[in-house]
Amino acid sequence: MFGYYLELALRSLKRSPGLTVLMVLAIGFGVAASMTTYAVFRGVSGDPIPWKSSRLFVPRIDMWGPSDSGHVGEPPDALDYTDAMALMRDHRAKLQSAIYLIAPSVIPSGAGRSPIPVDGYAVYGEFFPMLDVPFLYGSGWSADDDAHQAAVAVIGDKLNQQVFGGGNSVGKTIDIEGKDYRVIGVLADWNPQPIFYDVLDTGGYGGGDGPGVFVPFQRAVAVNMSNSGVNLCRVEPTESGFVGLQHSNCIWIAYMAELDGAGAVQSYRQYLDDYAREQRTAGRFSWSPNNRLFDVPAYLEHEHVVPSDTKVSLLVALGLLIVCLVNTVGLLLAKFLRRSGEIGVRRALGASRRAIYAQFLTEAGMIGAGGGVLGLLLTGLGVLGVGVVLPARLAHLARIDPSLLMLTVLVAVVATLLAGIYPTFRASRVQPAWQLKTN
Amino acid sequence: MQIQPILAALKRHKAGTILIALQIALTLAIVCNALFIIKQRVTHLSRATGIDEQNIISVRNQWVGKPPSQQVSGLTATDLTALRQIPGVVDVYSTNSYPLRQGGWSEGLDYKPNQDHSTAHTAIYFSDEHTLGTLGLKLVEGRNFRADEIGRMDIRDKLGPPTIIVTRELAHKLYPDGSALGKVLYLNENPTTIVGVVDRLEVPWVDNWASQWAEQSTLVPVRLAMSIGGFYLIRTQPGQVDSVAKQVSKTLYGVNRMRVIDPKDGVQSFSQVRAKAYARDRGMAILMGVVCVVLLAITAAGIVGLTSFWVGQRRKQIGVRRALGATHHDILSYFLTENLLISLGGVIIGALLAIGMNMWMVSQFEMARLSPTYVLAGVVVLLLLGQAAVLAPALRASRVPPVEATRSV
Repeated sequence: MFGYYLELALRSLKRSPGLTVLMVLAIGFGVAASMTTYAVFRGVSGDPIPWKSSRLFVPRIDMWGPSDSGHVGEPPDALDYTDAMALMRDHRAKLQSAIYLIAPSVIPSGAGRSPIPVDGYAVYGEFFPMLDVPFLYGSGWSADDDAHQAAVAVIGDKLNQQVFGGGNSVGKTIDIEGKDYRVIGVLADWNPQPIFYDVLDTGGYGGGDGPGVFVPFQRAVAVNMSNSGVNLCRVEPTESGFVGLQHSNCIWIAYMAELDGAGAVQSYRQYLDDYAREQRTAGRFSWSPNNRLFDVPAYLEHEHVVPSDTKVSLLVALGLLIVCLVNTVGLLLAKFLRRSGEIGVRRALGASRRAIYAQFLTEAGMIGAGGGVLGLLLTGLGVLGVGVVLPARLAHLARIDPSLLMLTVLVAVVATLLAGIYPTFRASRVQPAWQLKTN
Repeated sequence: MQIQPILAALKRHKAGTILIALQIALTLAIVCNALFIIKQRVTHLSRATGIDEQNIISVRNQWVGKPPSQQVSGLTATDLTALRQIPGVVDVYSTNSYPLRQGGWSEGLDYKPNQDHSTAHTAIYFSDEHTLGTLGLKLVEGRNFRADEIGRMDIRDKLGPPTIIVTRELAHKLYPDGSALGKVLYLNENPTTIVGVVDRLEVPWVDNWASQWAEQSTLVPVRLAMSIGGFYLIRTQPGQVDSVAKQVSKTLYGVNRMRVIDPKDGVQSFSQVRAKAYARDRGMAILMGVVCVVLLAITAAGIVGLTSFWVGQRRKQIGVRRALGATHHDILSYFLTENLLISLGGVIIGALLAIGMNMWMVSQFEMARLSPTYVLAGVVVLLLLGQAAVLAPALRASRVPPVEATRSV
């Protein structure tokens, strides 16, 4: 029967090509607009580390106190050196790392090669297992290396290409800021977006190939490798230079901790409060503990990482899709009821209401499939066009993949079928006797 | 024109009527809000920075090997001299930031030392005696910096210039009742005197968070010697931006190779800077524009489709009316009025929906409140669109011959 309905549908669609084209266009455009914005939204708001994001936490300690006018009751957006070091020393989480942005130049060996400026991070060894950073060769460094300020480095794949021409460079020596470091690991392609481990410096998104180099935190501090990211000061440092920054309560350090289970989270919260209370007793703070502990999704939300633009445009695109559907309901209604005579004849010849339902939903589904195919093409164009319209660092996150393509067709067909329900219902209610009489 | 028979007829087509009205309502709600977003974005991205944008080039220079601060001063001075030699260059200075750069230095200005809350928030631009000339800033009061008062500092030194130049907006914020010239303020607990007031100069950030103090900028007579590098701003003769920009990298590399100037965006004309800073605003405006056009087209198409169907259904009745003496014009105005009634219903619901939608977005996304002008404009656009869309089927209806009344099928 289905084949017969397909044939009927095809014939009916051919009979009024204008109306058919109109419906297919409406659905195609509606679906493409919503899918394109969805692709952007999915790109920018995706969970950067879905398998672990609920176990990774960002602590915030209020070291500036309530008199700070810029923040209404919220602790500052990063840690100062004193607190970050205290948290590292106490080592209460399963894994943890203080993090700061560095921008050293790497000097390739061989005469006549010019230095390469790279972005990277000073971190603790636990950073790598905590964030499941993938290695091509080698691994991160040990707690021992951290403690001894070892001259080791983990480099990104691109820097490995530039300096060593690729391959397994573990054990080789690399010149960072005029000092020799032993390469201990080479990263595979790793650049999660949003950049959840350093929102303060990056705003959450960065183009390019991700961080190029990692060195041990204490080593970087010892060799005076200055913070190249944001630093915010409530009170200006009293001493100058990078050392002054370390002795100030300016904030410039990101921090991440892995906590497994509600119990661990609870006791870490308790620990932070105890720490703040201790600081109060010591006279450093003059206010009661005001700390936060965000997991990654909550943290990204708190920092407004996903631009509200993309949310608004997703809503608008959804509205567009709904208008297209309402439009399709109207057009299908017109199309189906125009054939009341034909329905009357089929019903009189013994077709059941179910058969009418099947016939007309097949027709609606066919329009939906047509709209879906057009929608696919337009979505493809749309995602390409996003690059022209949006800043590159956001646009490159929007990608076409099989799941998006399938979703596009699925949305088109399901939406059209939904839109077809009411017109089909009306068609099935056509009174055969009345139709036959008037004609 | 009698409304009564139209209403009676519409009652028999409840579903179609409701669908068109609903579609118009939704379209109006979305289009109003989209237009409003477009307008806000366009206002935002066409804000003037206060500098002579047409003839300015920005150069980002990164030093390699982290030369110490003392050495950077010398290197920078050599670079500036070399840049001044390029034909077509009017003036040059080195700085930490400039309007639309989206990154910079900000401080609070206080009336008294050790004040708890700063009196005014301000962006800090490191400047020298060439800054006003290079940027084309208009001095409205006081004087420019003198060459002998330009100091030097490292990025982690404490900023405490003895003199500053502020924007008119900042001067007004600090001293609403009189001239700011000669007044002493505190910057980082250090006293500083306002020696000049410039007409207008935007802060480096265009985002929402800086919008409250977007014009509150301060020029400090200090060269920031950063070992990572900084920016050179070049003013060219009118129309020579492109020719000068081409020579910048070559000239600088000729002076000293131990530097990086990004081949992609190390040297930018100010129009490129502007396009980049406002890429998101422009993108959003374009996106909303596309959505509006698609929506209006679909709604018009829907009206054409449904009205055509109605005309087809009522050929016989139209024939009867024509036979009984109705003119072409009567039939035409029947369908136009019918559409107007449905559209009116739609736009009334749509206007409420638009305002409701906006109120919800205000609470969710820090958006501004929709001005009624946009709702009104949207109403007019949709009513006109409805009338235009219905015209073709209505004309077809008016051409139905009276003889149709006598045909049985």
